[in-house]
Formats: sequence, C-alpha cells, structure tokens
Amino acid sequence: MNNILTITKRELRGYFSSPVAFVFIVIFLLLSGFFTFMVAGLFQRGEASLQAFFTWHPWLYLFLVPAVGMRMWSEERRLGTIELLLTMPITPWQAIVGKFLASWAVVALALVLTFPVVLTVNYLGSPDNGVILGGYIGSLFMAGAYLAVTAMTSAMTRNQVVSFIVAVVLSLFLILAGFPPVTNMLVSWANPWLVDGIASFSVMTHFESIQKGVLDSRDILYFLSVIGFCLFTTSIIIRTHRAG
Amino acid sequence: MIQVRDLKKNFGPKVAVNGVTFTVERGEVLGFLGPNGAGKSTTMRMVTGFIPPTEGSITVGGHDMVENPIPAKRLIGYLPENAPSYADMTVAGFLDFCAEMRGLTGDGRKRAVGRVVEMCFLEGVLHQSVETLSKGYRHRTCFAQSIIHDPDVLILDEPTDGLDPNQKHEVRTLIRRMGEKKAIIFSTHILEEVDAVCSRAIIIDRGSIVASGTPRDLKMRSEQAGAVTLRLVDGNGSEIAAKVRQVAGVDRVSIVSERPLAVRAFPRANAGSDDLARALGELAFKERWPLQGLQVEEGRLDEVFRRITLSDTKKEASQP
Repeated sequence: MNNILTITKRELRGYFSSPVAFVFIVIFLLLSGFFTFMVAGLFQRGEASLQAFFTWHPWLYLFLVPAVGMRMWSEERRLGTIELLLTMPITPWQAIVGKFLASWAVVALALVLTFPVVLTVNYLGSPDNGVILGGYIGSLFMAGAYLAVTAMTSAMTRNQVVSFIVAVVLSLFLILAGFPPVTNMLVSWANPWLVDGIASFSVMTHFESIQKGVLDSRDILYFLSVIGFCLFTTSIIIRTHRAG
Repeated sequence: MIQVRDLKKNFGPKVAVNGVTFTVERGEVLGFLGPNGAGKSTTMRMVTGFIPPTEGSITVGGHDMVENPIPAKRLIGYLPENAPSYADMTVAGFLDFCAEMRGLTGDGRKRAVGRVVEMCFLEGVLHQSVETLSKGYRHRTCFAQSIIHDPDVLILDEPTDGLDPNQKHEVRTLIRRMGEKKAIIFSTHILEEVDAVCSRAIIIDRGSIVASGTPRDLKMRSEQAGAVTLRLVDGNGSEIAAKVRQVAGVDRVSIVSERPLAVRAFPRANAGSDDLARALGELAFKERWPLQGLQVEEGRLDEVFRRITLSDTKKEASQP
C-alpha cells in the first residue's frame, strides 16, 4: 500500500511539474463550460438540473482523458525508467495501480473544479443534488474506464502519439456501442438482444442511467470491471514485453 | 551472494544468453566483458529481476529471483544501461523518491540522500531538474540511486560510460572501495577498467562465457605473456635478432619496431621468462648494445579479448 502511494505521489508531481495537468484541467473546464452554456443552453432550458453539463462528458473525455494517460507507461519505456521502477522491491501490480490512481486524481481534480456550475443551478433553482452527485460519481467512474483503456494502450508502445490514437479509437468503440444513432441503425438488421448485448458493453448505457440519478450497483460494477480488465491486461502486456 | 546457474534467454528464435553460470561472493568485484550484443545487459537484467529467464536459476542472498523476487530485489542496487532517470524531477526529488521506494523514511531517508549526494558530488545540482543536466551528472544521479539503500549487491551496467576521465577515475575508486564489503557485478568494454577494479572477470561472447578468471589469469592467456622485449636506441634489427635467437631458451624472435629498435624474444614452453630476461641482459652488456629497456611482458587483455571473441566470429563467417 505504501509503495502504491509513493508511486502515486511521484506521478502526481510529474503531472504538475509538466504542463500536462494544467492544460488538461483548463481545457476541460473551458470546453465543458462552452458546451454546457453555449451549445446545450443551460440557461435557456429552464430546468434546474445538470443534464446539459453531463451529456457532454463521454465526448469530452474521449479526447482529453487519453491525453492525460498516454504517457503513463510509454514515457517509462521511452526513458528506460521502467527498468528502474520494476527492479525496485515492488510488484508490477503496485506500479500499475499507483500510476492509474495518480492520473485518475488529476481527472477528479478537474471534475471538482467544475463546482461553479453546481452553485449556479442551486442559485437559480432547486435541483435534486442527489442526482447531481450521482452524475459526478458516474462521470468519475467513466473517466476511470477511459484511463484504464489508455493505461493499456500506453503499455503497448513507447510512442505517446500511438498510445493516444489507439486509446481514442478503443474509447470511441466504448461510446458508439451504446450511442442511440448507432444502436438504432443496428436494430434494423440485427436481433434486438444482440444489440442490447453490444450496448451493454458501452459506457453510454451505464453512464446514462447513473446520470438520471439511478445509482445502480450494476453500473458501478460495469465501470469497475472495465477498469479491472484493462489494468489486468496492462500487467500482462508489461510482463510479455519484459519476457521478450 | 549471487548464484547464477545455467541461465538461458531466448527472444523469439534468437538466443541472447545461452547457459551462463557464475557466483559472486561478498568482497568480490566481477567484471563482465564482451563485445556489444554479447548478452551482458540481458544477463544483468535477468539477475536484477527485470526480465525473467527462459531457463536456469538466479538466487540473490539466498532468495530465488523468480519465485521470491521482492526480498531478492531489496538486496540489489541497480544502475541500468544509459542510466535512466525521470527527466521531469529534480535530483533531490528523484533521490528522495528512490529512497522512499526502498522503504527508507524520515531521518534515515534524509541521511541516505545526504550520503549519496556527497559520494557522487551532486550538491551543486540538487535542485536542478534532471533533463537540464549534462550526461555526466545524469549518470551520477542514477548511480546515486543505486547505492542509496546501501545494498549488499550492486549491479552496474557500464557505470563509466559517457563520463570524462576524472569522473571515470572517481567512479572506479568508488566501486573498488565498495567492493570490499559488497558483491558487485559490473559490465564494461573498457579493458583497463577490468585491471583497475575487478577481482575477477568473465568474458561473454554470443551468450556464453568464453573465459573467466582474475585479470592476471586472463592476461596470461595472451600470446605475448612472458615474452621479453629488448629496446635499443639504435642498431641493426636483423643482426641483433639473429644473436638473440642464439640465446638458450628462446623459441622465436620478432622485431616489434625498427626505430627505435624493439626486439621481442618468446621463451620455450619450459623456460622461465625471468631467466630469459637475465640472459638477454648479459648478452646486451657483452655486445655493448645501447640498451634502453628490458621488459618482461605481462600480456595484454585487449589481445586476449580480441583473440577469444574474434576467433568465434571468424569461424562463423567461414562456415558455408
């Protein structure tokens, strides 16, 4: 546990000593503000909810989260520090979890900094703050799932750009499998149960229901299993890479 | 401290290390020699637990590296090839992180960092970030990392690579001093280093150990080990060589250089080089040769190295 925390601390220091974390947080705040107020028109809707805010998260994360996570392992491999890290008296698993938690903390910080939007709707009306909290929790878990995917792709290559692009493509699949325009198109030629089956692999399906305020353990379990699966795959990639 | 038995490593169809066996005890400095790509780094990476061996066993301080890596890794300090370190950290931050990973806390950690900073002369760059440092400083930073927990076993992959002559000298002195209490493996392709630092050396070529012994033993394998070289201010080379050939115990004579004249006499298998040197000295005195020097050759490591590692490549090249 101590080792995990040590690694997390180092990674966080790495994020904040380079512009990565600042750029991510600023751009995330700007874009989410822009989409919430200008595109979705939070004020014009006349309803006291953050639906207009959360709807954009799967799409914002699609590009921003892989940008945060792409260096996680590829940079270690490029610099050769992976050789230092993995010859320390720790298990690879501790390193994987430590790094993952650090990047997740950066995203969590960005989410926390969106608090003015919560204050705004509370000032203008009386929203259901439970639903808003649920939305935040769902959003955080969704970001965790994207990050775990990025951890996996960054372990595959020493090139951050490759890691970014592959992560975006995989995350896009996670979105599109449950994106209504796509599922509607699938329904016309596939069995509904098959479409439902595919959609159940999508972050959209699960994020949607959390966003509505239904904090179902199955949805949380879904995100946790995506995270667990991807981090497990990361450990296998790292081990095979070392084994040659 | 370190026991390595029948170590093998394949990368796909390529055999990188093929049956390497050696042990290193406390108080020994083992030098790894070999041409590039011979399998030195791969062997060291397996010993440090970075890559798993395809076959064979590694124990460090009694702990099996494959079965029980954590206690084994705890005993090891490792300087990887090219001395990597986190570019975005300061030297102090990096060393602090490494100390923390080694389980050092509080005052102990502060003392450990202070000690290696002093040993590796890093005071001046302590708060500079690693990416702004020169290669020598970066190298020393990573070296400092490897000794921060005062490990019993030290594994150094080309520890003097990229250092200037003064720094090389410092690092060698440091290794030799630490070698009194630790088990050290280090790789190099600078042969003088082996002489200066190692208590024992292994030459690796294409994944196998082709020679091992103390630097002195290895040098004895040299062709010119035991030969006596006669240096004269001037003189007729062939005439002098002919006279030297008459001396008892001389097997053959070669003229090393004409001006200044150097003639080398190789003793017969059963003749001692000291007797030969005395006889040659007397001959030079009797003939009134303008003698400049008389020297019993120790043998040269680079010649041994070349002969052992080149003969193999030639053999392979001549195969149809």
